[in-house]
Amino acid sequence: MAPIGFLVVFFAWPVVAIIGRGFAAGGLDVVLGDPRTWQLAGFTVGSAAASTVVAVLAGLPVAFLLARVRLPGVGLARTLVLVPFVLPTVVVGLAFRALWPDGGVLPIVLANAFFNVAVVARTVAGLWARLDARTTDAARALGASPWRAFRSVTLPALAPAIASAAAVVFLFCATSFGVVLILGGARYRTLETEIYLRTVDLLDLSGAAALSLIQFAAVVAALVLGGLARRRRDGARIGPRGARRPRGGEWWVVGAAGVVLALLVTPIVALLTESVSTEDGWSLAGYRALTSTGEKGALQVSGWDAALNSLKVAIDATLLAMVVGVLASVVLVALRRSPARAARGLGETMDAVLMLPLGVSAVTVGFGYLVTLDALPGDLRTSPYLVPLAQALVIIPLVVRMVLPVLRSVDVRLRQAASTLGASPLRVWREIDLPLTLRPLVAAAGFGFVVALGEFGATSFLARPTAPTLPVAVATLMARPGELNNQMAYAACALLMLVTVLAVALIDRLGRGGVGEF
Amino acid sequence: MKRRAATAIAVVGVVAAGCSLSDGDGGTQQTPTVTLVTHDSFLAPQEVLDAFQKQSGIKVSVLKQGDAGSLTNKLVLTKANPIGDVAYGVDSTFASRALSEGVFEPYTSPEADRGPQRYAVDPEHRLSAVDVGDVCVNVDTNYFTGKGLPAPETYDDLADPKYKDLLVVEDPATASPGLAFLLGTIAKYGDAGWKDYWTKLKANGVQVVSGWEEAYTKQFSGSSGKGPRPIVVSYASSPAAEVGDDGKPRTKALLDTCYRQVEYAGVLAGGKQVENARKVVDFLLSQQFQATVAANMYVYPARQGVDLPQGWAQVAPLPQKPQTLPADQVQAGREKWIGEWRTLVQQ
Repeated sequence: MAPIGFLVVFFAWPVVAIIGRGFAAGGLDVVLGDPRTWQLAGFTVGSAAASTVVAVLAGLPVAFLLARVRLPGVGLARTLVLVPFVLPTVVVGLAFRALWPDGGVLPIVLANAFFNVAVVARTVAGLWARLDARTTDAARALGASPWRAFRSVTLPALAPAIASAAAVVFLFCATSFGVVLILGGARYRTLETEIYLRTVDLLDLSGAAALSLIQFAAVVAALVLGGLARRRRDGARIGPRGARRPRGGEWWVVGAAGVVLALLVTPIVALLTESVSTEDGWSLAGYRALTSTGEKGALQVSGWDAALNSLKVAIDATLLAMVVGVLASVVLVALRRSPARAARGLGETMDAVLMLPLGVSAVTVGFGYLVTLDALPGDLRTSPYLVPLAQALVIIPLVVRMVLPVLRSVDVRLRQAASTLGASPLRVWREIDLPLTLRPLVAAAGFGFVVALGEFGATSFLARPTAPTLPVAVATLMARPGELNNQMAYAACALLMLVTVLAVALIDRLGRGGVGEF
Repeated sequence: MKRRAATAIAVVGVVAAGCSLSDGDGGTQQTPTVTLVTHDSFLAPQEVLDAFQKQSGIKVSVLKQGDAGSLTNKLVLTKANPIGDVAYGVDSTFASRALSEGVFEPYTSPEADRGPQRYAVDPEHRLSAVDVGDVCVNVDTNYFTGKGLPAPETYDDLADPKYKDLLVVEDPATASPGLAFLLGTIAKYGDAGWKDYWTKLKANGVQVVSGWEEAYTKQFSGSSGKGPRPIVVSYASSPAAEVGDDGKPRTKALLDTCYRQVEYAGVLAGGKQVENARKVVDFLLSQQFQATVAANMYVYPARQGVDLPQGWAQVAPLPQKPQTLPADQVQAGREKWIGEWRTLVQQ
């Protein structure tokens, strides 16, 4: 029950408290009755759905490349595709703004998709790599065209992974904040940006609460749909892994994946270019400045200190999220396997509840901390421990999504056999579950770590100036005049990317054979 | 039994997390620590804070809480059990909200008669002015000399077709300089005339972006981004950051287009160290601290007779006749104006 306790104290209580204040202030019905509110909800759901479609369409060829193709450079592609995920939103927002100076719906949709192609590619690749290729071969032998075989054999088998990834991407897009703010201004607004404005600028808590409730409903709907799709997962036939050189029409798919990767890399290259260009030509001044606190001391600590702090905080958050997430997954598996119907139902509800932190606005949680956590001993509201706690909240759902299917796939009969032979439950866990799940656990930890490194919303809300993370330092530098600060911001982004690439490469090596599923 | 394993993992995890967590606040017991809640732009040289600690025996722990609006709202939400002892950075746009919510308690600093009282907002002196910042339209001087076009000077000029498609402003709903500029136009043209003015600006191709970063570093041609537009809403002090290697500024603030924001400090009601918190307010108004605000936060000291950094007199002088609006009028009108502005400009 520890995971539930953690979520209750650090998630449910603050959120309920702040929404409760909105209720107490009254006026909820006015907001809910306002047609503009529903336009806002419509735009949020519509644009997030569009981003999800784009991310899925772009992610599938990349998934094929990662899962089925043996060509030099595929390993690099696997690592690179994750980089956009950690880029600070302010940087990506400004990059897209440079391409579409007028902003608008299209750049919002594309930028949100840009962040999330990795989710689709790696999730689907995880399952695709383990699909039994012989079923496709059989279909081909019976005369199906490659496209027909894909449509009638592979695609249905992949559907659960696609749906699961799409649900997560939809959640990320529907709650993305910085991108919409930068590219949409006040013209294109989503529930998330409106919740933020009403809370932070207007202190209109009842308005924010009403909008939070709508957002909550949308999130639950997405979760239910994703859950329904996941339920059909067991149909996939798992076979030997089969990556090989592409042939025939498969080259087209590889080409499409190449195009997607090139598009993903373009903003990354632009950012690197920006970090070394000054008005007097090329210069590494921005990188050198990382050892300092910026022009006129824009930061309170140096760029390197911020990087170190990022690592420290992300490690803490990952450990915390792994403990809570793995415990929660263990409980969920036990509940699912339970013969009692009520227990299975409880398991499914808990599964959905664990995903909710992804769908609730960081500002709601942050303001909730302010009105609740002083009741705990030690007054955590201003503690440096809050940053890893908040980041863990964001990672836990991802850890659960990655760990749960693996734990579930451990054959019960192996465990029963071990028990029959006299092994204690602890021993069973150590000898059976742990060896079988270690690599996926490492992969989940790695992914959580990367997400924590890039987390901005909650972190910017809670980080102390003496201990900023890299994304927070980037935002601070961007908000100061001076060319050096600007370059240093881009150099810090480059540093963030480098750390990410190293971490992902390391994890992929350690966790090879693990799934990349959410 | 499974639970035991789970507990073991949990314990190991928590201990490991504890090990790598940074030291946090473990200050010594002897030194009283006063928590100063402030906004993200706060920046003070460590040696000045250290000197204050040496002289008063009070350690100041800085807690940044977002921009002025977010800071004010957090103070309001936590007024029953404040997160600090003293707050600095509530500005004239938000002062009324903080005062009407009873966030601060009365305190008249002995330093207040050195200038800050000029900006007093309430008779009980719950807030003391620390610094003054003006939001002004900035221009890229090279652009105008290059085109042989005189730079604009007044609000009216900005609506002149000569300057079509050259101005970029921030959205008042999402950025505080944007709000200040809007308030400036309301102060200038009055409740009756500001909408006409904005209609003209819109016809003249004003570009609206969501934040200062984008407006100044990306769209504006006079700063690092080399953007397309030579006129931007920024601060009176911004040109000080744009002095080239030749010692000449590349930009200029239009001193007839300024709106004044005053930033205040006050003792938080219900704080645990009222006496020491008062001393911190005195410190913020002291010559020592006031001399640092211009170079570090790009604002002007509220105290009289404090030297500005070298060159500011030429590059970034304090505007003499900025627009202002009374705090309570801003508090009463803010949401309405932003709403009307949205309807007007973004249709």
